[in-house]
Amino acid sequence: MKPAPFEYFAPETAEEVLALMAEHGVDARPLAGGQSLVPLINMRMAQPAVLIDLNQCSELAYLREENGVLACGPMNRQRELELSPIVRQYCPLIAQAMPHMGHATIRNRGTAGGSLSHADPSAELPGVALAMDAELIAEGPNGRRSIPVAEFFFAELTTALEADEILREIRLPKAGAGSVAAFAEVGSHFGGLAIVGVAAQVDRDASGRCIRVALAATGAGERPTRLTSAEAMLSGEVLEERTIIETAEAATADVDPLEDLHASAHWRRRAAVAMAAQALRQIAAGVHN
Amino acid sequence: MSAARREVRVTVNGRTYSRTVEPRVLLADFLRHECGLTGTHVGCAHGVCGACTVVLDGVSARSCLTFAVQADGKEITTVEGLAEGDSLNVLQQAFHENHALQCGYCTPGFLMSLTEFLRETPDPDETQIRERLSGNLCRCTGYANIVRAVQAAAQRLREEGAP
Repeated sequence: MKPAPFEYFAPETAEEVLALMAEHGVDARPLAGGQSLVPLINMRMAQPAVLIDLNQCSELAYLREENGVLACGPMNRQRELELSPIVRQYCPLIAQAMPHMGHATIRNRGTAGGSLSHADPSAELPGVALAMDAELIAEGPNGRRSIPVAEFFFAELTTALEADEILREIRLPKAGAGSVAAFAEVGSHFGGLAIVGVAAQVDRDASGRCIRVALAATGAGERPTRLTSAEAMLSGEVLEERTIIETAEAATADVDPLEDLHASAHWRRRAAVAMAAQALRQIAAGVHN
Repeated sequence: MSAARREVRVTVNGRTYSRTVEPRVLLADFLRHECGLTGTHVGCAHGVCGACTVVLDGVSARSCLTFAVQADGKEITTVEGLAEGDSLNVLQQAFHENHALQCGYCTPGFLMSLTEFLRETPDPDETQIRERLSGNLCRCTGYANIVRAVQAAAQRLREEGAP
């Protein structure tokens, strides 16, 4: 038996979840899909005294189209996002990134809200949400508040969520009709631990000039990072090989990688450049969705 | 600190098991120690190796990343549920015929993951097969024979028109 003992609650409504969070404060951890938290518990790197299981809260799992956005419940399984026709239609970047997120068996259980709240610097979904300018809705004892994704990730495994708050909704802006997205990643093996990834979404005008560019890197800092210098360089340009190389090189100014046992900071910086170029090449070769 | 024990009632391979356990008991350990179903193996216990894969309410899941209490009221299929009486099923037989295992420790996880895969993807190409296999680690075979076994099983299942 690997995990340390904990008290377990499986509330059926969000209201009960929030009441339990308020009661147990920093001793409690919400349990979503468990694909990141349970490994930490098994290794006893996390020893929460109280686990509040969200899996019985059917009201936290939904995906609906609203004006200009897809509203995603935190307990929506990653596999459902991967297979959803409306995600494919309106959020092509998520559809592109999903196959990279762990393995199919992991995505069966792993959730959208869990990945974002866990905030692993190498995780795909935080970078994707950042590139999409998602809006994250937190809920706690004082009600709901909106957090722009750019203000959500603080550092490794640390977000703007307070101890008594849960991520209550993920609001994903719909991509434009001519928007093309790509996700490129390097890791130990396909679906395995990611080292560096780049999410890219580009809107072009009829002449092929980039009118809106969003690029975000994962694994290239203590939190996902927008590649703003690279984005600015690409604005108004056509996606040709030379431009792609120059744009990707500009990403070196945008990232601040850390060194760990998987890769040096220098290697991660170069990988961010290579993955930015790979994602942009995919977009250049792709068709408008 | 001791947490309150809870009753967990699950249906595994069609049979109901009811046990009272601590919330911290992992589903993998519950199946092995409480139900005596030792076909489900524990390799890494942190979601990487896939040896503990079972089918939980119709979809594959890592039983080392699920607490037994979370499976209360649910249906589970383990590797013991695959054979048809004393006969290996099509996928198991294909593993046997293609020498897709050596020590066999990882095999139950591969079989459970691939059972779901072949249901969803009856006519897979090699890339799809290898992508799916990436979620399970085998330290003996080098995977080539596992790929062949999946191809053989897929073909046989298509010929039989099995679901």
